[in-house]
Amino acid sequence: MPYKLVCGLEVHAELKTKSKMFCSCKNDPFGAPKPNLYTCPVCLGMPGALPVANRKAIEWTIKLGLALHCQINLFSKFDRKNYFYADLPKGYQISQYDIPFCHDGYLDTSEGRVGIHRIHLEEDTAKLSHQEIDFDGDGELDKVTLIDFNRSSVPLVEIVTEPDIISATQAKEYGQKLRQIMRYLDIANCDMEKGGMRLEANISLRREGKNELPDYKVECKNINSFKFLEAAINFEVDRQTTILQNGEQPIQETRGYNSTTGKTFSQRSKEDAADYRYFPDPDLPPIEFTTEEIETIRSEIPELPAEKTTRFMSEYNLNEKSAKNLAINMEQALFFEKILKEAKKENLDPQKLINNLLNGKIKFSFDEKISVIIAKFKAISSNENIDEKELQLAIDKVLNAEKDAVAKYKAGKTVVTGFLIGCVMKELGKKADVIQVKQQLIATLS
Amino acid sequence: MKLNELTLKESIDALDKKEITLEEIYKDLDQACQAKNEKLNIYLSINSKALIEAKKASKKPLRGLPIAVKDNFCTKGIVTTASSKVLDGFIPQYESTVTERLKASGGVIYGKTNMDAWAHGSSTETSDYGRTLNPRNSDHLPGGSSGGSAAAIAADFAVAAIGSETAGSIRQPAAWCGAVGFKPTYGRVSRFGVIAMASSTDSPGPIAKTVEDACILLNAFAGPDEKDGTSNKEKAPDFTSFLDQSIKGMKIGVIYQDVKEIKETNQKLLKELEILKELGATVELVQAMDPHQAIGVYTVVQRAEVSSNLARYDGIRYGGDRSNFGDEAKRRIMLGTFTLTKGYADRYYNLAQKVRTLYLNDYKELFKKYDVLVSPTSPSFAKEVGASFSSPMFGELEDMLLEASSITGLPGINVPFYRDEKTNLYLGANFIAPMWREDLVIKVADAFEKNTKWNSWRNK
Repeated sequence: MPYKLVCGLEVHAELKTKSKMFCSCKNDPFGAPKPNLYTCPVCLGMPGALPVANRKAIEWTIKLGLALHCQINLFSKFDRKNYFYADLPKGYQISQYDIPFCHDGYLDTSEGRVGIHRIHLEEDTAKLSHQEIDFDGDGELDKVTLIDFNRSSVPLVEIVTEPDIISATQAKEYGQKLRQIMRYLDIANCDMEKGGMRLEANISLRREGKNELPDYKVECKNINSFKFLEAAINFEVDRQTTILQNGEQPIQETRGYNSTTGKTFSQRSKEDAADYRYFPDPDLPPIEFTTEEIETIRSEIPELPAEKTTRFMSEYNLNEKSAKNLAINMEQALFFEKILKEAKKENLDPQKLINNLLNGKIKFSFDEKISVIIAKFKAISSNENIDEKELQLAIDKVLNAEKDAVAKYKAGKTVVTGFLIGCVMKELGKKADVIQVKQQLIATLS
Repeated sequence: MKLNELTLKESIDALDKKEITLEEIYKDLDQACQAKNEKLNIYLSINSKALIEAKKASKKPLRGLPIAVKDNFCTKGIVTTASSKVLDGFIPQYESTVTERLKASGGVIYGKTNMDAWAHGSSTETSDYGRTLNPRNSDHLPGGSSGGSAAAIAADFAVAAIGSETAGSIRQPAAWCGAVGFKPTYGRVSRFGVIAMASSTDSPGPIAKTVEDACILLNAFAGPDEKDGTSNKEKAPDFTSFLDQSIKGMKIGVIYQDVKEIKETNQKLLKELEILKELGATVELVQAMDPHQAIGVYTVVQRAEVSSNLARYDGIRYGGDRSNFGDEAKRRIMLGTFTLTKGYADRYYNLAQKVRTLYLNDYKELFKKYDVLVSPTSPSFAKEVGASFSSPMFGELEDMLLEASSITGLPGINVPFYRDEKTNLYLGANFIAPMWREDLVIKVADAFEKNTKWNSWRNK
C-alpha cells in the first residue's frame, strides 16, 4: 500500500469520585434509580449557582498524568468552553484550554510508543434521550427529547495522544492499556457500553516515506468499543486510500461509526466548526500545586501493569504471556502473586503452577485459601513425577499385547488412542498425567 | 418622627431599651411604602409576612429589622428576576448565601428592590419593571444598578439595604441618593445565589444610612463560603471594631484631580477633605493611572463575562424567552461574544487583562505611600430621568471613577460630601484601600461622616 496511517486518539473517561466535579451531588449516573435524582442548582445551571472544584478529581487527573509519564503544570486553571446544546444547562462547559493539568507523556505499546499530548479535566454534559411518548396527552405519540441531569457535571478526563498511532491494532492496544491503567489507579470504571469511556479517532493517511503530517484529518466519533475502533480505522484507511488513489483529498470532517454496517458516515464538515470563545472561568480560582504535593500524588501510584509484568518475569521466571495475563487487573495480580510467593518458598515451579491455574487444570476460586491451592498443585505435580523409563516400559508392554489396536491406529483410526492410554495407566498401576502419557504413547507409535 | 427614619443602630438601641416595638417600626414603614412605592417604584415585591418573621428574629443581632434586598439575590420561595422579564415569575428553590446569613442574623427581607435589568446599567431606568425615581428629587434618577436599594434608604423604605456592585453599582446609586454604599473587597462576600453579571468583579455589599449601619449589616454576611470558590478563606473581621478610631497620622491621597470632566466636583471635595487634616491625617494630591483606560478594560472584560453568563437563559428554561432581553443586554451579549471570538480575543479580551495588571501595579505603588485614596464617586449629581437613553455607554461614563478600583477588587465606601440646596441632590466621596483593608476605609469614612454635616440621618 502506498499510504500509511496517521492516527491520534482522544479518550474521554468519567472519574468515579464520590461527588460531581463542581457540586456535592452524588456522582453515580449509571446507578441512579431514576433520572434527575442527583441534581442541584449548580449542575442544573440555575441563576446565581456557582461551581466549586472537586479537589479529588484534580488529584486523580494528575495521578493519571504521572502514570503516563506526563509533565504536570503546577499552575493550572479552568476555562469556559462556550456553545449551545440542550444537554449543557449553563450554555458553556467548564473545561481546560491552554493550561491542562498534564502534558507530554507517553504510553508504550507492542507497536511502539504513543505520545500523550495532553490530559485535561472537564465536566460531563447531561444525557439526552430521544423518545416517543404521548407528551401532550392527546393519545398520539410525540417525538420528544428527555434530559437526564444525573450525568451533568460528572468529572471527565480527556486524554489526547500525539498522531503517533500507525495501525488499527495499535489503536486498540493503546485504548486497552489506557483503560487498564485507569482501572489500576482505581480512578475510573471505564464502562464503555454505558459511555463511561468514549473514543474518538483522528484518522488520515500519508504517502509512504513522507514524514510531515497530512493537511487534513477525519474525526471519527461515537465509538463505544475497542473492536469498533479497530473496524472504524480499517474502514477509514480503505475509504481514504480509494479517494487518494483517485487523485483527490478526503474532506476534513467529523464522521460517525455505525456498528451495524461497519461503516463510518459523514456527520459534519469543517465549515460548521464551532468557535468556543474560551476564556478563564472567573468563578474558579486558578489551581496551584507544589512539587512536594505532586510527589505525594506520585507516591500513591501503585505498581502498574507494565512494571508488574516485567517484575513477574524476572522474580518468578514466568514467560511474558503468563506474566501479562496475571497483571490484567489489580485484584487478580495481587491474588496470583500471593500464590507465587508461596510457591517460591516451597521451591515449586512457578511457571508450571501458573500454567495449571490458567489452563484450568487446577480448579480454584479467588476466595480460596492459598495453602489449599498450593496443595492442589502439589497433588497434580506428584502425578507428573512418573519416570520416563518406567512409562516407556509400560507403553512397550501394552503395545506388544494390543497388536490389533496398534494396527488400527496405524490404519488411521486414532480413536483407539484413548483405549491404549487406559491400558498404559492400568499397567502403571497409579495415577499418571494423561497428557504426558498421551504424548509419549503417540511418540512411540510413530 | 417616624420610626422607619431611624438608623439601624438607633433602631437596635431603641428596641433593646424597649422604647419602641417592632410592630411600631413596621407600621410606620408599611405606611411610608404604601404612600410612595407606587410612584418611586423602589420595591418589585414586598414580603407580606415580614412582621411575623421579624418577631421570630427579635433576639438575634439584627433584631428582626426590615432590610431591602436587590432583586438579583436568589431568595427561596420569593420571585427573583434581576428586573428582567426573561426571569419573570422565577421562584428560586435555593437561597443566596448573603440572604441566608442575613436571615440567620435576624434580618428580615422586607422586599426585593428594583434594579437595572441584569444589573446592566447605572440608572435603574433599564429595568423591565419600570424605572425607579430618586427619593431626594423625583425628577432625577437614583443611579444603579442597585438603584432600588439606594432609593430604599433615601426614602426610609428600610433600615438598611443590600446591593451588589460590579463597578459602581453600590457606590454610585448611594452617591446619587445621599446614602452610604460599601463595596467590600472582591471575595469578602460570597456570590453564591447572586445572579451573575461579571463574575470576576461582582461584590455584594450594604447600602445604609451611616457607615456604622453598613458595618453592622456587613458583619451579618461577610466571610468565607464553601459554595463560592472565589470567596476569601479567611474569617472576616468585626467591621464595627474600626468605627470611632483616630485617623491621626493616616496618609490620604486625593486622586483624579486632573480629570477634566469632574473639575467642579473635585473643587467641592477638596474643600470638604480639609476636615481630615484637622483630624490629624495628611491629605495630598497624587497622580493615579488615567481612569479613562479603565472604562475600556472594564467594558471588554465585563461584556465577555456577561455574554457567557447570560447563555443559560436560552429560551428553553425560565419564564420568558430570549425576545425578552432588552437592548442593553443584547448589546452586551453581542459585544462580549465578539471580543472573545477567535482572532479578536488577543486584540480585546487578552489585552484588557494586561491593562488590568497595569492598574494593579499602579495601586500597589500608590498604596506604598498612602493608606487610603479618595476621589468623587460620580462625576456629578444624579442625572435627570431619561438620561440613560442618551448613550449606550451611559453607565460606564457615570462609573468612570470607580472602574479602576473595581477591576482590581479593592474595597471602597461612598459617603455624602455635599448637598445642593436647590435640587436636594448629593455628591459622594469614594474612599478606597488595598484588598482586605476594609479597616482603613471604614476608619476614614466614619471619621469623615461624623465630622461633617452631610449625612442626612445624623444631621436632622
